[in-house]
Amino acid sequence: MADSLLKIENLKVEVEDNEILHGISLDIHPGETHVLMGLNGAGKSTLGNTIMGNPSYHVTGGDIIFKGKSILGETPDKRARMGIFLSFQNPIEVPGVTLSSFIRSALEQKTGERVMPYAFRKKLRPMMQVLQMDESYAQRDLNVGFSGGEKKKAEILQMLMLEPDFAILDETDSGLDVDAVRVVSRGVEEFQKNSGRSLLIITHSTKILESLKVDYTHVLIDGKIVATGDASLVDRINEKGFEQFLK
Amino acid sequence: MKEKTYIEDIDRNMYDFRNVETAEDTYRVDEGLTPDIVDQISREKNDPEWMHEFRLKSLEVYNRLKVPDWGPPIDGLDMNHIVTYVRPKTGMSGKWSDVPADIKDTFERLGIPQAERESLAGVGAQYDSELVYHNVKKEVAEQGVVYSDLESAMHGPYADMIRDHFMHLVPPTDHKFAALHGAVWSGGSFVYVPAGVTVEIPLQSYFRLNAPGAGQFEHTLIIVEEGANLHFIEGCSAPKYNVANLHAGCVELFVGKNAKLRYSTIENWSKNMYNLNTKRAIVEEGGTMEWVSGSFGSHTSYLYPMTILNGAGARMEFTGITFAGKGQNLDTGMKVVHNAPDTSSVVSTRSISKDGGISTYRSSVQVTKKAKGAKSSVSCTSLMLDAKSRSDTIPAMDVRTKDADIGHEARIGRISDDAVFYLMSRGLSEEDARALIVSGFADDVSKELPLEYAVEMNNLIRLEMKGAIG
Repeated sequence: MADSLLKIENLKVEVEDNEILHGISLDIHPGETHVLMGLNGAGKSTLGNTIMGNPSYHVTGGDIIFKGKSILGETPDKRARMGIFLSFQNPIEVPGVTLSSFIRSALEQKTGERVMPYAFRKKLRPMMQVLQMDESYAQRDLNVGFSGGEKKKAEILQMLMLEPDFAILDETDSGLDVDAVRVVSRGVEEFQKNSGRSLLIITHSTKILESLKVDYTHVLIDGKIVATGDASLVDRINEKGFEQFLK
Repeated sequence: MKEKTYIEDIDRNMYDFRNVETAEDTYRVDEGLTPDIVDQISREKNDPEWMHEFRLKSLEVYNRLKVPDWGPPIDGLDMNHIVTYVRPKTGMSGKWSDVPADIKDTFERLGIPQAERESLAGVGAQYDSELVYHNVKKEVAEQGVVYSDLESAMHGPYADMIRDHFMHLVPPTDHKFAALHGAVWSGGSFVYVPAGVTVEIPLQSYFRLNAPGAGQFEHTLIIVEEGANLHFIEGCSAPKYNVANLHAGCVELFVGKNAKLRYSTIENWSKNMYNLNTKRAIVEEGGTMEWVSGSFGSHTSYLYPMTILNGAGARMEFTGITFAGKGQNLDTGMKVVHNAPDTSSVVSTRSISKDGGISTYRSSVQVTKKAKGAKSSVSCTSLMLDAKSRSDTIPAMDVRTKDADIGHEARIGRISDDAVFYLMSRGLSEEDARALIVSGFADDVSKELPLEYAVEMNNLIRLEMKGAIG
C-alpha cells in the first residue's frame, strides 16, 4: 500500500476553550475518497477547518501529517501550497476582486509563475461548463451577490482550477436543490478523474454521494469517530439514520 | 515578477526628495502676514487694481474670522511663521527644454513629462507658488479652449470673465482659510471651455510644494459653458519637512447648462502638511459634475468638495477615498445643495485607517424647497486595519421638501479573520490576503481614476499586486 497522503493521529481540538474533537484518527491514501458523516454539531466542520489551519481552532493534542510531515506549525497559505484545499461551507464575499482574477492570482501564488490570460481562460471555460456556470460569473466580484448554489459551484471551480492533491468538501451539498447537487457532484467527479487525488467529503446527507466513488465512510458523533466502513455504510445510514450509532 | 504584496505606510521615498535651495534662487517675503506683505505680493504678481483691493479686503476678513474649532486640531499651525510665498527665479515656460535643470529633475522624478507624452492635453506644473511649466497641446487651443495660469489671464482677453467669477463661489467670508487664500493666493490654473466643445483628453495639473515653511495657495478656476465637456486632473505631492506646512488652495468650478465636468484629484501631501482646501462647483440645468477624490497624504486635512445643483435636472457624482496612516487626521467628505427640481446626487466614499490614523467622513446634504423630485444617495464605508485606528462618520441632512428621495448608508468595519483565512486557504500569504481585501475595498475608486493615477494610487497604498488582481 502506498504511503499515507494525510494521516491524523488522535487529534484533539478546542474552539473558545471548548473541546470539540476528542481524539480523531484518520488515514487517507492518494486516490481515496473518504466521507465524514454525522449530525450537525458533531465537529465535522471543525475537523475541516483544523486541517486547513484556521487559527480559531486550537489543536491541544495529536498530530496532522501531510505528505509525511507534520503541518501543525504551518499557516493556511503554506498548507494550500502543499496541496490542501478546503471548499467552505459559507464562502466569504470579497468585493472588488473578480472570481477570475482571484483564481488566477491564487494559481500564480501556487506555481510561482505568471499565468497568461489566454491559457487561463482556455482552462477556465470548460470547467465552468462542467459546473453549468454562466461565463459572466468569472467577471463578477468573488461570491458577492452569488446565490448559495453559485457560491458552492464557485468553490468547486476553484478546486478544479487549483488542482490540489487533497480536497475537503465541507457541506458542499447543504442548502442546494437536487439539480444543483447533481451539477456540483459532476464537478467532484471531474476532480476524481485524476487517480492520484484524494477527497474528504463532509456531509450530513447522502445526496451528493449517489454518483460518486466512495472508498471509506466515517461516522462522527460528539467529536469521536464511532464507525468506519466502506461505501455500504452510507446505505446503512440512509436506511436507519444516525440513531443506530448513538448509545 | 514581484512576489510580495503588503500594506505599509505609504512609501514616500519617491516624493520625499527635494532640491536644496540657496538664497539667490528664491525670493521670500517676511514670515508674518500684514497689509505690507499683501501689497508686496500684489506688486510682485502685477495684479490689476481690483485684485489688489480684493486681497486687502480678504486680509481684513482673515484677521476678523476665527480658526475653525469643529474639526481636527490645527494648533500646530502658526501663521506668523509661515512663509506664504516663494517664487522660483524662472518665469513662464511652454517648452520643456527651457525649464531649469533642478526643477526639471524634480518633475522628471514625478513622471510628469512621461504623463504628458502619454496623450495628456496640457500640463501646468506648479513649483512652489509659481507656474514654471505650462503647455497646452495645439489642437486643444484650436478648439477655443483656454488653459493658462490665472495671473496672466487676468491681463488678457478673459480678464472680465475672471473678475466676474473669481471667489464668487467661495467668497473670502466663507471661512478663515478662504479669506487667507483671497489675500495671498498665488499660482494655479484658469480653464475655459466654450459652449459645445468636448475636450477629448484630460487636462492635467501637478502641484508641488518645495520650500520649508512655505504655504501654497493656488487658485483653480474652471468655466465649462453650455453643452461643453471637460475632464480636469489635479495631482499633488510634496517633500517632507519639519516645519508645519499649510495648503489652502481654492477650486471654483462653473458647469453650464447640459455641460459636464469631471474633476479628479489625488492628494499626496507630505505628512506634516495642513491641507485646508476649499473646492466648490455650481451646476446649471441638466449639467453634470463628477468628483473623483483620493486623499492619502498630509498631517491634517479638511476637505469637503461642495456642489450646488442650481438648475433643474442637474446631477452630481462623488467618488472618494481617504487613507489615514500613522499620525494622520483626515477629515474628508462632501457637501451638496439641491436647489432645483429633479436634481440628483450619488455619493460613494471609502476610508481606510491604519496605525492609529484617524479618518472622518463628514458630509452635508441640503435640499431646498425648490428641489422637488430631488434624489440623493450617499454611501460611505470605512475599513479599520487595526484596533489603534479610528473611523467616524458625521453626516448632516437638511431636507425642506417632502417630495425628495434621500438615502444614507454608512458602514464601518474591520478586516474579518474569516475573510483572511478564506483567502489564505487558497495560497495567499496573510499580507497578500489583507492587501487584496484593501485593494478590493478601494476598487470602486481606482476604477474611476485615469490609468496612470490608478497606478499611482496603488503605489501609494503599496499594493503591489501581481497578475490580474484589481
